[in-house]
Amino acid sequence: MAALLDSLPAVSDADVERVRAGRRRRSRRRTVALVVLSVLAVALFAAMLMLGNTIYPVSDVLAVLRGEDVSGASFAVGTLRLPRALTAVLAGAAFGVAGSTFQTMLRNPLASPDVIGITSGASAAAVLSIVVLKWSGTATMGLSLAVGILTALVIYLAARGGDSTGGRLILIGIGVGAMLDSVVAYLLLKAAVWDLAVATRWMTGSLNGSRMEDILPLAIAVVVLVPIVLFLARDLGALELGDSWATALGVRVDRTRVLLVVAAVALACVATATTGPIAFVAFLAGPIAARIVGPGSSVVLPAALTGACLVLAADLLGQFAFDTKFPVGVITGILGAPYLIYLLVRTSRRGGSA
Amino acid sequence: MSAQHEIRTEQLRSGYGARVVVDGVDLVVPSGRISVIVGANACGKSTLLKTIARLLPAQDGAVVLDGRRIDTIPTKELARTLGLLPQQPVAPEGIVVTDLVGRGRHPHQKLFRPWTTADDQAVTSAMAAAGVLDLADRAVDELSGGQRQRVWIAMALAQSTDVLLLDEPTTFLDVSHQIEVLDLLTDLNRTRGTTIVMVLHDINLAARYADHMVALRAGRVVADGPPHAVVTAELVREVFALDSLVVPDPVSGAPMVLPRGRHHVGIAPGGALDGVADPSSAAASLAPALSSALSPTSDVLERP
Repeated sequence: MAALLDSLPAVSDADVERVRAGRRRRSRRRTVALVVLSVLAVALFAAMLMLGNTIYPVSDVLAVLRGEDVSGASFAVGTLRLPRALTAVLAGAAFGVAGSTFQTMLRNPLASPDVIGITSGASAAAVLSIVVLKWSGTATMGLSLAVGILTALVIYLAARGGDSTGGRLILIGIGVGAMLDSVVAYLLLKAAVWDLAVATRWMTGSLNGSRMEDILPLAIAVVVLVPIVLFLARDLGALELGDSWATALGVRVDRTRVLLVVAAVALACVATATTGPIAFVAFLAGPIAARIVGPGSSVVLPAALTGACLVLAADLLGQFAFDTKFPVGVITGILGAPYLIYLLVRTSRRGGSA
Repeated sequence: MSAQHEIRTEQLRSGYGARVVVDGVDLVVPSGRISVIVGANACGKSTLLKTIARLLPAQDGAVVLDGRRIDTIPTKELARTLGLLPQQPVAPEGIVVTDLVGRGRHPHQKLFRPWTTADDQAVTSAMAAAGVLDLADRAVDELSGGQRQRVWIAMALAQSTDVLLLDEPTTFLDVSHQIEVLDLLTDLNRTRGTTIVMVLHDINLAARYADHMVALRAGRVVADGPPHAVVTAELVREVFALDSLVVPDPVSGAPMVLPRGRHHVGIAPGGALDGVADPSSAAASLAPALSSALSPTSDVLERP
């Protein structure tokens, strides 16, 4: 170590101090941003628990969370709102991590699993399993996961030979996604689902009817897979520079990429099988998080928090901001569509990838 | 100074799938020197460099570093000895120079070890060596092509490797930035003893900056050695299929290739070279013409 440093030209302590100060300034900003995002997520989570047909004060909500029996609140908060809020946080985090991992690895903001059709695959599998075959929750998860990974594999194989920033992969993915979306619509029609809630869930995503017993697979996926992605975040930062740089920096490119893809696809698929493909959360969380924490650092953790905040905020808006209640995916869809158009315009203007 | 490392290739064959691009290359890279690989387009020079840098696996034969095949050395350990500047890298959007250069510290850092003073020192000296310390807090996107290339070199330097491989480090740079980058690499080689291996397109710059040249044709080594032994009219014909005149570069004394195309060739082969070979006489014959052309209208422009 010392020998290596000796071989570099000497620099003044003032210069080192200046460089260190700049780095610390940026890492402070990142810490502040993470704290702000966490506080925001907690506040939105609390609002989800307190707001509804009856507004319960913080004391009642805390009492319910402690397991005490509060008349009225125990049912409304404990049975209806808590599962909904937990599902929102977990699904938001899962979509956020999945999206930002794909976007960073492929160095393209369009490359998130909801744009390139992977969540559409998981959604089609979930509809088949739940609505048509009437399978259980665990079987549904398994099928969604399998179809999601299969979709990713098909897109990857079809796009092989394209450039490394995935322009071709994205276009193929958008096509595959459109096909799978029509599979969802077809299955819903075939199964004669006239229930609007069920239909919107599998087309745009919804938190309606979230139940505590359905959360477990998603919770396990988030608790196991998010730390794995965080563990690989530094290697992901090297992959962001391209395969050549990553190899030069000592990253085992193929192994790291497979691990990251499987973790990200699994997160997106399990979240989709739970809530439906909540539109554009995976797509939006990373870029918004990057704006908040500043460029140059890992976006995985900020994207998890941003995703959770997005889903919580959009669901609160959908439930309370309008005369009609909208499912969460309608609100995130309205937020995400303009950004998608902006990126597509930017892509076509540059004549390449975004 | 950097430690000595021996890099050899033994009957190296590599390529892309079934397409063999480099075939049977035996090469010894001199330690502490600047080696430049030259050759025509698609001769396999980038492929050879990529295989030495383990970006491509050897299909047969081996790349050997200090007596060990590189595919048996743990990737992170290898990354502390062998640095690489790939062709045309792309920086993450909005990243600041210091943070990008800092990513070069990757092979020296552990998962749960915080950023150390040694890392800050390495990043600062790398930026100072590459002349980008003044740009430390600027976004890489805002920089010019030449500045950006120096930032990438700084990142490779922050990796603190004794050997540095560069794949066409001067492509898409204008001539002054090409010279700037090659001078910087020469500085590194002379002050740190860094072993440098690079692929260059421009044979004249290659001949000027190389201690050791390797000429490739169709994936095989045609000649290697010091520039004056490698760069000859016969070799240029063999490697580039080009008729040319090789004269001493009047600036550096290194061999310089003057191609003979189908047009604008006024001097017969082996003919009147005097005016070309002696730059001072050429300049002297030009000077009166220039000053007489300028002086009638402008006294200011006239040279003393």
